[in-house]
Amino acid sequence: MIKILKYLTLREWLMSFISLGFIVAQVWLDLRLPDYMSEITRLTQTPGSAMRDVWINGGFMLLCALSSVVASVIVGYFASRIGAGFSQRLRSLLFNKVESFSMEEISRFSTSSLITRSTNDVTHVQMFITLALQIAIKSPIMAVWAITKIAGKGMEWSMVTTVAVLAIILLVSVLLVFVMPKFKMMQALTDNITRVTRENLLGLRVVRAYNAEGYQEEKTLAANDELTQTQLYTNRALVVLMPFMQTLMSGMSLAIYWIGAYLIDAADLTGRLEIFSNMVVFSQYSVMVIMSFMMLIFIFVLMPRASVAASRIHEILDTEPMITDGGVTESLDGHDGEICFKSVSFKYPKGSEAVLHQIDFEVKKGETVAFIGSTGSGKSTLVQLILRFFDTSSGQVFVGGVNVKDYKLSSLLAKIGYVPQQAVLFKGNIRDNICFGDTGRGYVPVETAAQTALADEFIERLEYGYDSPLSQGGTNVSGGQKQRLSIARAIARQPEILIFDDSFSALDYKTDRLVRHNLRTAAKEATVIIVAQRIGTIMDADQIIVLDEGRIVGTGTHLELLASCSVYQEIAKSQLSEEELR
Amino acid sequence: MNGGKKGSFGKRGAFGAPVEKAKDFKGTWKKLIAYSKTYLPGIAAALIAASLGAALTIMGPDYLKQMTDEIVKGLPALVGGQPFAAGIDFGAIAGIARLLILLYLVAAVLNFTEHFIMATISAKISQKMRTGISEKINKLPLKYFDTTSYGDILSRMTNDVDTVGQTLNQSLDTLARSVTMFVGSLIMMVYNSWVLALTAVATTLIGFLLMAITMKHSKKYFSQQQDGLGDINGYIEEIYTGHAIVKAYNAGTKSKVAFENINAGLYDSGWKSQFMSGLMRPLMEFVGNFGYVAVCVVGAALAMNGTITFGVIVAFMIYIRFFTQPLSQLAQSLQQLQRTAAAGERVFEFFDAAEMEDESHKPKLLSNVKGHVQFKEISFSYDSKKPVIRNFSATIGAGQKIAIVGPTGAGKTTIVNLLMRFYDTNTGQILIDGIPIQNVPRENVHEQFGMVLQDTWLFEGTIKDNIIYCQVGVSDEEVIAACQATGIHPFIKSLPEGYDTVLDDKTNLSVGQKQLLTIARAMIQNSPLLILDEATSSVDTRTEKLVQSAMDKLTQGRTSFVIAHRLSTIKNADLILVMEKGNIIETGNHHELLAQNGFYAELYNSQFS
Repeated sequence: MIKILKYLTLREWLMSFISLGFIVAQVWLDLRLPDYMSEITRLTQTPGSAMRDVWINGGFMLLCALSSVVASVIVGYFASRIGAGFSQRLRSLLFNKVESFSMEEISRFSTSSLITRSTNDVTHVQMFITLALQIAIKSPIMAVWAITKIAGKGMEWSMVTTVAVLAIILLVSVLLVFVMPKFKMMQALTDNITRVTRENLLGLRVVRAYNAEGYQEEKTLAANDELTQTQLYTNRALVVLMPFMQTLMSGMSLAIYWIGAYLIDAADLTGRLEIFSNMVVFSQYSVMVIMSFMMLIFIFVLMPRASVAASRIHEILDTEPMITDGGVTESLDGHDGEICFKSVSFKYPKGSEAVLHQIDFEVKKGETVAFIGSTGSGKSTLVQLILRFFDTSSGQVFVGGVNVKDYKLSSLLAKIGYVPQQAVLFKGNIRDNICFGDTGRGYVPVETAAQTALADEFIERLEYGYDSPLSQGGTNVSGGQKQRLSIARAIARQPEILIFDDSFSALDYKTDRLVRHNLRTAAKEATVIIVAQRIGTIMDADQIIVLDEGRIVGTGTHLELLASCSVYQEIAKSQLSEEELR
Repeated sequence: MNGGKKGSFGKRGAFGAPVEKAKDFKGTWKKLIAYSKTYLPGIAAALIAASLGAALTIMGPDYLKQMTDEIVKGLPALVGGQPFAAGIDFGAIAGIARLLILLYLVAAVLNFTEHFIMATISAKISQKMRTGISEKINKLPLKYFDTTSYGDILSRMTNDVDTVGQTLNQSLDTLARSVTMFVGSLIMMVYNSWVLALTAVATTLIGFLLMAITMKHSKKYFSQQQDGLGDINGYIEEIYTGHAIVKAYNAGTKSKVAFENINAGLYDSGWKSQFMSGLMRPLMEFVGNFGYVAVCVVGAALAMNGTITFGVIVAFMIYIRFFTQPLSQLAQSLQQLQRTAAAGERVFEFFDAAEMEDESHKPKLLSNVKGHVQFKEISFSYDSKKPVIRNFSATIGAGQKIAIVGPTGAGKTTIVNLLMRFYDTNTGQILIDGIPIQNVPRENVHEQFGMVLQDTWLFEGTIKDNIIYCQVGVSDEEVIAACQATGIHPFIKSLPEGYDTVLDDKTNLSVGQKQLLTIARAMIQNSPLLILDEATSSVDTRTEKLVQSAMDKLTQGRTSFVIAHRLSTIKNADLILVMEKGNIIETGNHHELLAQNGFYAELYNSQFS
């Protein structure tokens, strides 16, 4: 929690110190109130005092109350500015950091965890800081100051107050010990009932087909019972708190007056009045002391959550991305569009076994190379090395004759049009989604790109054509349409290299064939890398590379491989009949 | 000094935060009351206890006043120009103190009882609602889920029910207590001194006027902040999820600019709304202090006149707190009631959705089915505008195989939906062994079908549980036999826990293996009719072979409807239904359809060229 404070700016520290001053002023003013009260008490009980003095003292009291509210408004102003500014900075730092991450860091943290850290965790920290600035600083000052003010005024009264404070601390600690673990369980139990219900919803057809409604409901019932029991436990435990606090406060006032009666009786005549006014004031101060302690306890309850959030944020900000920028911006002359792997092996940072072993191949400009193999054969990983989503464990990857590690990352990526297996679209209109990102040179006309990807037909049928809005994740277009837009996006940036990472399997056979046909004319200059499951998609590639368990087990054209490569034959046989193979 | 409930402090600011408004506040509350009928006596008892407790609390200061007055008697007074103090009557003081202790204890017990009842009842009502939602899910027609997202239903089940529970727990009793406190302290104040009472009411009114003005102004910033938070969270989610693409397309700079824009806007609305809601606490304190000052000064003046005793001032110092505190709590609990209604409305909306027709009266006519299926002039549309199937008729003999083909999104699952009676035909009939399926209960239809879908559905539980599912009387031997038939048995055996391996999000089953498990599940069910959805991609070749042969085994001797992607299935099907854009456009067997040289022929030929 403390570590995260280093992201506060000097100005914010300054603002914090200024508000500290105002807090002290506010506490002083708040504590002056009972002083005037005591003066007024003395006046009312002293025979023959002037009404004017009461009004003067009353006026001062009002002034104190007003100044106190002004001071706390100023503190609130600073606190909210600091809190909001701090969270803005944290969010911005996090966003920029995550943007700089390579896929290695992304998969280490997982996307969903990164999202929670940048949103919820930041909110928790902000809330805590704003609150802490106002209460965590004020309460101890208030408590200590109020205690010193009353300390000299009556041993017996101080004892009573101490006992009350101890009782509160004791009760809250006991509650925390018993209730906190259950509170932590609650989230897990809620997740549990969500999981069971989601299971039912996702399997709706299966559940009904098997007449398993009762079976599913029983599962929910069990999860529900468990959740309700825990809820009852925590709800009921907390029930003690409010009546206890109230009785304690009332009891304390009573005790102070009761004891006061004895003290006054024991004093001599001249001292009696002072003790009386002290008593009235003491009962006010003691309430302030108790309230301060309550506020502090409240902060302590919030603290662990905020501190966990802060350390989670820290973890990200302290992570340095493994992939660093090089300086080269252009490929070697005459090597444009070439790709070359030199004995590349790759192992995921956490994985124990290499995913790719000794991969060697070369692709010339304008060639089409296809990778095929069963799931887990390393095809997708291989093409991601070209994009430098990861760095090789050994060996080198060259694009345009330059080692990918030597490129300025943005220059390398500007050469490539990448279409992932799962189409990812962004909120905005279709045009912005096709002309996406930055190429450093401009785009193919959006209509042409759409035509090549066979997306023009459905786009033009939309009400606003290319300006039609896409919802987040592109949920308002179908899966096939999404994939076509994703292909159009790659074509639009006129890349030297086009990479299709299993992007065609979401298309039906006909569209698959037509898009590839269009590419032959629209992007004839580009080097094309295709990863596929379907033999039909890759049969006409210039070079097919067959992968099995991370090794190249065959290279050649369709016909060459049919004759020579057993893995390829196996794949082919499972998909095509004898006559079609020929 | 705004005691209040500290629990609500951190979450949405108690004041000023935009409160979700229910469309029909009254109606929802009526429904909620009817829904909680069994708990009403409990709630009534709690409310009475709350009011009684509050009333006792209010009596406290009056006794404290009497005690103070007893003590004041011990103070020196001028009697004939000489300071003189009478002795304090400790007997009287002890008497009052004992009464007060009793009062406080009884009030505490009442408060505790009331809180306990409300905490219990609100948890029980939440439980009842969750169970209700879970049962409702299975009573709704599938059509309902076409327009409602799962996330929405889950959010009703968790967030909305939680809100109802929490607000119920906090609002009703607070309302009862606050009203009693407010009215009670007002009565006691007037009873003690009407001048001081007037002073207290006037100062409080001024204070609350101030607060109302601030609240009105802060609302705007609050909704701005909520929107801003929603925007920025949405943007972060989108960009993080698409990280690979943002990176590959060098879109980082652009996205940063967009992000900083939203972020700056959020800073602005963020600090303003925080500041505004932060104003409430000092203002409340000021209202308290202001009243305190006024009571002290005016009280002092009155006391010096001899109009009131000093004890009245002491009592008023507490009364002013009792008087201002419930006002803010009243405002809070009214907001809570609004939130209860808003969340409750969403829950009841779900409860009120039209259910499937009750069919318990229909006889279970289907038994020992041979598997003869007839489509008799059926027509169907999802939205009653665009007909999907028009006058389709076909007769399928027992044990035949029907392939349904067509591009993605052509509506192949429509046939499945109709066969399973997930949807009912608009006109025409589907008959199984000559019995119209509308004439028997849905469960009776479901019993006749085994179903293997492309999106394999497994749940958290052991492999064995997943295979047996809800079928009763299945022996371990049968499970193993089914797994041997599908070829997944060796794999299961290789797992350390074998058939007792728990499947959860940590277990790494390939798509193919999952599919084999669902096939085994269908085998155990051993139904005369079968619905199969073949997988398209993402299955490696070896598993693909296993799945194929398992599916072939499963179809033997059963009338099967296959959503086909494989040539072998299509070619040897007895009947092929070709679908495009939601319509059945061609029917026939492979050779007949190729001879037609229509859509099917084109589709078929396009696979290899």
